[in-house]
Amino acid sequence: MATDTIAPGPEAPAPLSPARAQIEQKTLRTDRWWLSPLLTMLVLVAFIFYATFRAFQNADYYTGNLISPFYSPCIATKCVPGSSLGGFKPFGDWWSISPALLILIFPLGFRMTCYYYRKAYYRAFWQSPPACAVAEPHGKYTGERRFPLILNNSHRYFFYAGLIFNTILSWDAILAFRNPAGQWGHMSVGTLVLIANAVLLWVYSLSCHSCRHIMGGKLKHFSKHPLRYKGWTLVSKLNHKHMLFAWVSLFGVALTDAYVALVANGTFSNPTFF
Amino acid sequence: MGYKGKFKVWRGDASGGDLKDFEVEINEGEVVLDIIHRLQATQAPDMACRWNCKAGKCGSCSAEINGKPRLMCMTRMSTFEQDETVTVTPLRTFPVIKDLVTDVGFNYAKAREVKSFTPPKDLLPGEYRMQQIDVERSQEFRKCIECYLCQNTCHAVRDHEENKDNFSGPRYLMRVAELDMHPLDTADRKNSAQEEHGLGFCNITKCCTEVCPEHIRITDNALIPMKERVVDRKYDPLVWLGNKIRRRTSSDA
Ligand code: SF4
Ligand code: SF4
Ligand code: FES
Ligand code: FES
Repeated sequence: MATDTIAPGPEAPAPLSPARAQIEQKTLRTDRWWLSPLLTMLVLVAFIFYATFRAFQNADYYTGNLISPFYSPCIATKCVPGSSLGGFKPFGDWWSISPALLILIFPLGFRMTCYYYRKAYYRAFWQSPPACAVAEPHGKYTGERRFPLILNNSHRYFFYAGLIFNTILSWDAILAFRNPAGQWGHMSVGTLVLIANAVLLWVYSLSCHSCRHIMGGKLKHFSKHPLRYKGWTLVSKLNHKHMLFAWVSLFGVALTDAYVALVANGTFSNPTFF
Repeated sequence: MGYKGKFKVWRGDASGGDLKDFEVEINEGEVVLDIIHRLQATQAPDMACRWNCKAGKCGSCSAEINGKPRLMCMTRMSTFEQDETVTVTPLRTFPVIKDLVTDVGFNYAKAREVKSFTPPKDLLPGEYRMQQIDVERSQEFRKCIECYLCQNTCHAVRDHEENKDNFSGPRYLMRVAELDMHPLDTADRKNSAQEEHGLGFCNITKCCTEVCPEHIRITDNALIPMKERVVDRKYDPLVWLGNKIRRRTSSDA
């Protein structure tokens, strides 16, 4: 065979195996393969900018009946009066910067370790790979085997934390059935916004791959655990659309925060139904 | 309606080669493999390509068409514009033998490294009893036609020859997952998935799923579930503690 007789000369560029077909182009794809990673990057960068600004702003996150998801639960003494959950403020006066920074690590960690977002940022930011059959620019690749990326294996813990946050944000939506003075039995557009946000977050969490595993994916014998099998089947259905839920819930959180901010700073008043 | 179409086909062998231009007749209803056959019949009798079934079932005709890893026999010419040049190259990840034919031995070697199905010792062939819902999950993986498009596309080896030793690729990690989910398999596959077959190389970017002609959801249904199983075994302190306390010898529920 030709491979035995022809040794590649020292001048021959052999970045990969010399026995591979030598094709210069990094990809021969003719479609717009760069569009999807580009869009992903733009949207994520926009979100990061917005979220960073809002997290540090330390203002306009509470209206008396609506609280921004970036600031809930508000657990510092310096939180706007009424904004903390049942007066739970373990962080005293010494915490003088934005209380959002105390909690955002959880939702942030949840999304950073999410199997879908991992795909999204590995493709869009790391470019490993930017798209299928498009060569990545790195000389070395170790995947998720080393620090820090091996930490992505902690996803299920952020999933558990996410459930606690979802519960709190659901409670926030219930609290939104009050007026700004704190009286129950009222409802506004803000109530709907908070409910929608909570629902989207639940759907996102329940469609999670770790959730699917915990629900029943880890079993060998579905037949011995009919209830968990049912749960697994249900979560699997949601899981199919996990990417969609990941994006929609991300927009949901940002828009909910924006809504609360606009009401809180008086740009417009939250229209009430009753 | 027939028309004259433009083709570029990679011709050469391990010592080198390049894209050669062809103008060739294209008729309604044809697929890329038909055109390659027409080139063989009319212009390039020594052009090498591998094929068998022309029905998307043997997995022989894998190639890259306009840069996308695909089966030549399942790629319709009608998906291209008539004035579009169609470029056909061999799979990039494996050593080329000639023209469109590559040596896919890597995959056979990786297949052999997966420990075979290990039923309980006291269970004889013929005594296997399983519930349908217990085997269902892994049946999806049995649709594989061994075309190796996924193995070819996975960037962990496509862009990094040096990882080939330590990474079995999506096809065989899926095999490991299939066996780990098998109701009668007793072998420990969690440690070996990570340590021997290189599951950690996979960064779940889903290109294997994207190119699989059988539409097997390799990443969602095999690789991610396998990663979660590895977390149970290797990275989850709670599960680890629970297993210690209950002194379970096997974590198979
Ligand atoms: S999902 Fe994993 S195995 Fe599949 S192509 Fe991507 S890195 Fe490779
Ligand atoms: S899993 Fe799909 S892409 Fe991979 S070898 Fe099998 S059929 Fe081909
Ligand atoms: S996989 Fe996306 S949240 Fe768990
Ligand atoms: S010839 Fe059999 S899959 Fe294409």
